[in-house]
Amino acid sequence: MRKRGLLFALSLLLILATALAGCGTRETSAPNSSQPAINEGTGNTGGDQTLVFGRGSDSVGLDPANVTDGESMKVTHQIYDTLVQYNDEDTTVKPALATEWNVSEDGKVWTFKLREGVKFHDGTDFNADAVVFNFQRWMDKNHPYHHGDFEYYGYMFGGYPGIIEKVEKTGPYEVNITLKEPYAPFLQTLAMPAFAIASPEAIKKHGQDFFKNPVGTGPFIFKEWKKDDRIVLERNDNYWGEKAKIKTLIFRVIPDNAARFLELQAGTIDIMDGLNPEDVQNVKNNPDLQLILRPSMNVGYLAMNMDKKPFDNPKVRQAINHAINKQALIDAFYGGLAKPAKNPLPPTLWGYNDEIQDYEYNPEKAKALLAEAGYPNGFQTTLWAMPNPRPYMPQPQQIAQAIAADLAKVGIEAKIVSFEWGTYLEKTKNGEHDMALLGWTGDNGDPDNFLYVLLDKDNAVKGSAGNIAFYRSDELHEILIQAQRETDQKKREELYQKAQEIIHRDAPWVPLAHSTPPLAARAYVKNYVPHPTGSEALNKVDVQK
Amino acid sequence: MLRYIVKRLVWLIPVLIGVTFLAFLLLHLIPGDPAQVILGERATPEQLEQLREDLGLNDPFLVQYARFLGRVLSGDLGRSIHTHEQIAVELMERFPATLELALAAMFVATVVGVTAGVIAAVRPHSWFDHLSMTGALIGVSMPIFWLGLLVIWAFSVQLGWLPPSGRLSHGIQLETITGLHLVDSVLTANWPAFWDSLAHLLLPAVVLGTIPMAIIARMTRASMLEVLEQDYIRTARAKGLRRGAIIVRHALKNAFLPVLTVMGLQFGALLSGAVLTETIFSWPGIGRYVVNAILARDIPVVQGSILFIATLFVLINLVTDLLYKAIDPRIRLE
Repeated sequence: MRKRGLLFALSLLLILATALAGCGTRETSAPNSSQPAINEGTGNTGGDQTLVFGRGSDSVGLDPANVTDGESMKVTHQIYDTLVQYNDEDTTVKPALATEWNVSEDGKVWTFKLREGVKFHDGTDFNADAVVFNFQRWMDKNHPYHHGDFEYYGYMFGGYPGIIEKVEKTGPYEVNITLKEPYAPFLQTLAMPAFAIASPEAIKKHGQDFFKNPVGTGPFIFKEWKKDDRIVLERNDNYWGEKAKIKTLIFRVIPDNAARFLELQAGTIDIMDGLNPEDVQNVKNNPDLQLILRPSMNVGYLAMNMDKKPFDNPKVRQAINHAINKQALIDAFYGGLAKPAKNPLPPTLWGYNDEIQDYEYNPEKAKALLAEAGYPNGFQTTLWAMPNPRPYMPQPQQIAQAIAADLAKVGIEAKIVSFEWGTYLEKTKNGEHDMALLGWTGDNGDPDNFLYVLLDKDNAVKGSAGNIAFYRSDELHEILIQAQRETDQKKREELYQKAQEIIHRDAPWVPLAHSTPPLAARAYVKNYVPHPTGSEALNKVDVQK
Repeated sequence: MLRYIVKRLVWLIPVLIGVTFLAFLLLHLIPGDPAQVILGERATPEQLEQLREDLGLNDPFLVQYARFLGRVLSGDLGRSIHTHEQIAVELMERFPATLELALAAMFVATVVGVTAGVIAAVRPHSWFDHLSMTGALIGVSMPIFWLGLLVIWAFSVQLGWLPPSGRLSHGIQLETITGLHLVDSVLTANWPAFWDSLAHLLLPAVVLGTIPMAIIARMTRASMLEVLEQDYIRTARAKGLRRGAIIVRHALKNAFLPVLTVMGLQFGALLSGAVLTETIFSWPGIGRYVVNAILARDIPVVQGSILFIATLFVLINLVTDLLYKAIDPRIRLE
């Protein structure tokens, strides 16, 4: 009996082995039957093409009001529309679900006329009620559908309800939004993908699970989400705007940068982001591929803590500005894919002051300035660096080493200090550093979102500082506050240009670089226009083979 | 036998309490405030405070742990603080992918490993022995990351034979029954889906199976060589049994116990998620899920996953022990 059992087990093993051998021969035929698999990215012809976008991680959720990560926005941008939207290539605002708007004399009441005849993907109507419902869901912590953290709302509008006093329907297609005080960046902020209008019926129907059952008015309709694998969207044939050229849009998660690039070469994906800097040249050399650079809306910087000596001395700060070779950093650590920064603002933003002359790389001048400041032999200090790459700074540890080497040439001995990311943020907000590397990616494309957040004295408070240089200038503060209240765009631009002059003169930072994150695509992908904010609607993109 | 199984299952409870407590402790000891990590550069003090309060991070450690245990006992793993999805749902969406890959890798590893080990032992110091044992040495020392990229480059980019990643091509429909694609496609007689899933499974299974395969081959060879020296093998030969029967029925069966131990351990490791293989082949399994949760300081997800994985480990150990008895009746389970 026992022997029979063993015999059975062994013959099973034998059968399995034979089956494996069989598989071996079938393997070669399997590819034929799975040919569509290999070509899934290439799709069919006519208006039925598929575009497969390869990226490094999955979306956190598809309820844009409740996420902050770029991978979520990339997808929600296709499914939803906002009241106003950014221009294709910059952050100037244009109509979307709202066709026109005006603001009262005192800058507090914004009236939006809404687009008529627009339907959500579930067939319900887009109208003033829907807009009011969405705002109330975001701003009211006691709203029955306020499930989640709504981080961006709280952050951009200063809490719940924050600066928004009330949102009212004034007609079937008209809403009034009343602010507690005038806030000029308001319109700019409403164009952020986080403030997209979702179907109230779908929110009520799905409750806490709305994040995986998204319903908006956008150019693509949500079809399927296989977690950590793919999200499938299909063209909205009833879209109010320019209808999508491609039929199916797939976002695939391919975590490893090198594997993702292999897939692009194999043609199983059509476009990817997160290209390794060392692969940039391979893309340029391959006629089947194209390199697409996303315009920068970020800044990587070195902040000098002005609460600590010797950084309270402007001459020392200017000396350090002269001592660092930005172009060399960009060539070595950004794969050449960045612009040297001379202002805190990235050049894609309106209000950017191009007149400013950067402190040129000049170690001799730096030494002279240090001597003037009373440090002819330099000094010892610490240079803090993030532990992990950020979009605005791909290799912070190596960049810190290069900066320390530059500083050593002018006699400044900087010891590199690093902490785990959460701790790093905590300690720099607390002002424990001498010099620290950090950066910022813009939210709403308004200069206020860089200059006020990062350099105003209001934000130089220990423990919660956005301004980790602890730069406190009353002159700058006045201009920035005035610009927040001014509703005339032209006047705001002038104010921000003046602000950049003051910042340049006082030199609380060494602005290092504005990175332009690369995308790589098959050559047949047309009209892909990457937006500085990091995500864009793909309705204009075409696949032409 | 049944009593034994029940007893082992009861032992699960202290094991799980110990494991989750240790994990909880470790998560508290590593630096980094989860709220700060979640909110990033943008965190305002009010938001940080609010989030810490929401996450219960302001309570003492033991209170937090007790709350976790209480929730688990009521059958709720909670929701991810990151995605707000139920953790049980997230685990169940990913586990079948891990299970299918682990089974396929173990299948490859066992069939090839045992066969190679037996042949090498029967003909020690032959060319096959040298070749397969050198291969096994290379196999155990192979960096998975490099091997994965290499096979993708060769079989997908250059030859175009196999899909480079994922589990199923877009456009191929498959009804989910067990979540194991090969099983589901057979159950629904969906042959296009079967071949497509198999094509997707092949490269990651071979890559993931490489190290266990090498370990199994070496273990089988060593164990077989020892058994082949035994008196009862000589007796079997002396009484004129066929060579094949001696090797398979008398030698392999006796040599199999240590191999089975190794297989159990390896399978447990594969099931807890093969992070590197899952990353290279974009395989949507629990390994990546857990690593991402750790990086994001998603404590409820890490806790829930550890609970799940620890349970699996204990169950696999139990099954291994039961298999011992099936193979060697002299073993008594108590």
